[in-house]
Amino acid sequence: MPIKSYLAYPQEGKKSELRDALIAIGVSEVIPAENKDLLIVVTDTETQFEDENIKEKIEIIKVLKLLTLVSGFNTPKN
Amino acid sequence: MYNSLTNRRSFIKKMAVVSAMTAAAAMFPGIVFAEEQERNMPKGDDIDWKKGPCRFCGVGCGILVGVKEGKAVAVKGDPLCSVNKGLLCVKGYHQIMCIESKDRLTHALVKKNGKYVQTPISEALDLVANKMTETIEKHGKDSVAMYTSGQSTIPEGYVASKFMKGAIGTNNLDCNARLCMASAVTGFLTTFGADEPMGCYEDIDYADYFITWGNNMAEMHPVLFSRMLEQKNRRGAKIIDFATRTTRSSMASDRSILFEPQTDLAVANAICYEIVNNGWVNKSFVENHCNFNKGLTNMGYGLEDKYKFKDKPTKISFEDYKVFLEDYSPEKVAKYSKVSVKDIKYLAAIYGDPNKKVVSYWCMGMNQHTRGTWINNLVYNIHLLTGKISQPGNGPFSLTGQPSACGTAREVGTFTHKLPKGVVTNEKHRRKAAKIWKVPYERIPSKPTYHATEMFRAVDRGDIKFIWTQATNPLVSLPKTSRYRPAMQKDSCFVVVSDVFPTPTSDVADVILPATWHIEKSGLYGNSERRTQHWDKMVEGPGETTDDAWMFIEVAKRMGFGDLFPYSKENHVEEIYNEYRQFHEGKKHGMAPLEVLKKESGAIWPYVDGKSTQWRFNAEYDPACDNGKDFHFYGKPDGKAVIWQRPYEPAPEVPDNEYPFWLNTGRVIEHWHTGSMTRRIPVLHKAMPHAYVEFHPEDATKLNIRNGEKVKVISRRGSCILPASINERGLPTKGQVFVPFFDENMMINDVTLDAFCPISKEPDYKKCAVKVEKV
Repeated sequence: MPIKSYLAYPQEGKKSELRDALIAIGVSEVIPAENKDLLIVVTDTETQFEDENIKEKIEIIKVLKLLTLVSGFNTPKN
Repeated sequence: MYNSLTNRRSFIKKMAVVSAMTAAAAMFPGIVFAEEQERNMPKGDDIDWKKGPCRFCGVGCGILVGVKEGKAVAVKGDPLCSVNKGLLCVKGYHQIMCIESKDRLTHALVKKNGKYVQTPISEALDLVANKMTETIEKHGKDSVAMYTSGQSTIPEGYVASKFMKGAIGTNNLDCNARLCMASAVTGFLTTFGADEPMGCYEDIDYADYFITWGNNMAEMHPVLFSRMLEQKNRRGAKIIDFATRTTRSSMASDRSILFEPQTDLAVANAICYEIVNNGWVNKSFVENHCNFNKGLTNMGYGLEDKYKFKDKPTKISFEDYKVFLEDYSPEKVAKYSKVSVKDIKYLAAIYGDPNKKVVSYWCMGMNQHTRGTWINNLVYNIHLLTGKISQPGNGPFSLTGQPSACGTAREVGTFTHKLPKGVVTNEKHRRKAAKIWKVPYERIPSKPTYHATEMFRAVDRGDIKFIWTQATNPLVSLPKTSRYRPAMQKDSCFVVVSDVFPTPTSDVADVILPATWHIEKSGLYGNSERRTQHWDKMVEGPGETTDDAWMFIEVAKRMGFGDLFPYSKENHVEEIYNEYRQFHEGKKHGMAPLEVLKKESGAIWPYVDGKSTQWRFNAEYDPACDNGKDFHFYGKPDGKAVIWQRPYEPAPEVPDNEYPFWLNTGRVIEHWHTGSMTRRIPVLHKAMPHAYVEFHPEDATKLNIRNGEKVKVISRRGSCILPASINERGLPTKGQVFVPFFDENMMINDVTLDAFCPISKEPDYKKCAVKVEKV
């Protein structure tokens, strides 16, 4: 049951579109970093398959410039 | 490790957020301070927060470790520590996760009939002591050696030095700081006669310009880089990245200037040419506080066994120096450095402007260099010519890679030539050591023996028959491991390895001793800014893990040296530190008393009259200045620093038709050194699971190499297969490839060259010639 955090860099001037697109996909959390040019994204999924699936969905967002994985945990639910 | 928390999954999610926020802060403008971390931390009155320094890198960030029911459950930055002001990087946040790794070394292992057998620690220490005694009796005291670490605590380094030099009577002691800091040491000593930076991190709050020389601080020293970025955002300070590869630091800088490997020597001289020829020399500073010297040239590169070199300094005049600089006009240097005339003049104008405060930062780019001492000297030249030194916001600053490269390796002196105060070649220094150690003066040998590279060559030759390594992993970190791995496997040498985790070095050991991790023992480190930091033991180590210092003491006792090590197991850290402090008494290097260090997040030496000295050699701040002038470089007998005439000389191995690429090696933000700790931290391992080889996109296209494809990197010494990385983390210049060295499964140091700076004996990991083949 993976939990992952990413840094998501928008195309220039497209930060709010990127935020909307990420929310529409259903990622767990989208947090604007103090730096105004990137978003912190957290995914929380049930299976490895779901995890890969959501990552693929993020990667095809047109206004996404770059997605960088920061941390990954695989842990049972509470 | 978080099982005790009621909502583990929610906690992990918060940790994931903190990691990402920290990564964002570390790489780009914006800093995550302690208050923000606090919101994401586990709460509860039953968590006891204990202060200490971070284990990873030489910045010396203050950490608070949350301990609950005897277990370390969380880490946060210490907001009261002036180094990091509560900020930590991703490695710092997650550091405690490694100590519960499943493959932790918890008991001693002794190789019997080719297999490791779990053995009681006391029995293993008996074996080590017997083997050491037997080897000395049969082959002499110089047949045994010890190789320690910049991660060893101050008491550990001190006991190692006392044991080898004072008790046994051999100078066969060196450490892995030789691989990262030795050129900075010889640079400081030749220019100022005193080691370590004159300034401190507070320079960041005052400087107008930060010029980084071959130094990817965004990944290697992210907390300091974040402090620089804060100043950039807040008051418009500028960052200039001068490097051979485009990195995260370059992207966050105001200007990135790339140079051809090794030509930093020429560019530094060209900057001095401009300073001299544009009338930017601070004449009164130079007249009052500087001498001019030249040394020997064409020194060689130490490629042959038993190579020896001794420099011969000769005084020269300012006019001689000016004539020497004629070969380094920007127009001449631009031709081979690939730095434009405009960029050289731009750099010189920054240093030359009397109204701009400038700090130069560097680390491995300048130190791991076959002319490492020279390039350190040349950057000091720039600051001395302009008088921009030893003042808030003005100065050259050599950063360190390990938490106690300064405190232990350089100050205690775990190098073959060093003593806790001074060097073995100096009779006065030997007498002082003998007096404090209570050993006969004649026992401490006056000649240095093996520096790191030569020590492992001696193992290969069969000259060293017993070696004990501690808190280091030389069979991943040495250059040309393709020679030194088989050397350590030879039956001619008995190998003892003390470590926390199994490594490729422990794989060849005859005895493996299980060491405690830093928060499982009390200790002291010394960071890059001369800050000594103490911590108390926070948690118990597992199984029979033992403090390294105590293992040395136990072996010394078994060898009959018990009277020299009269320390108690409970208080040995305090007793050893108090003994060690005697070496540095006085205004030039006084160390803070332990009771101060227990209360505060460190103190900067010289610690005089209850106060840290932030800027040495400046009479306004440094009580040791007593020449009646505004500056006093008291490391030199006449109180003057030296401006050195040091030429450009090429690297020992340069790309040619057969091996057409430069190979540059280094680190990534996720992993620390050989990865033996950070690769056991799931967050970091998953973020960067393996090494890679970076290409310039045009080179990759020419070679028909795509991202992720396997590529063989081949040198005259060995080869290594890695996936290609194009336009990802970093961007090498055309004709260069870059490989990080953290991955023991992709041993790039089988490929590197064991050439070193003839003065510092520090190897150059940044330049050798390779070819690449698609696999």
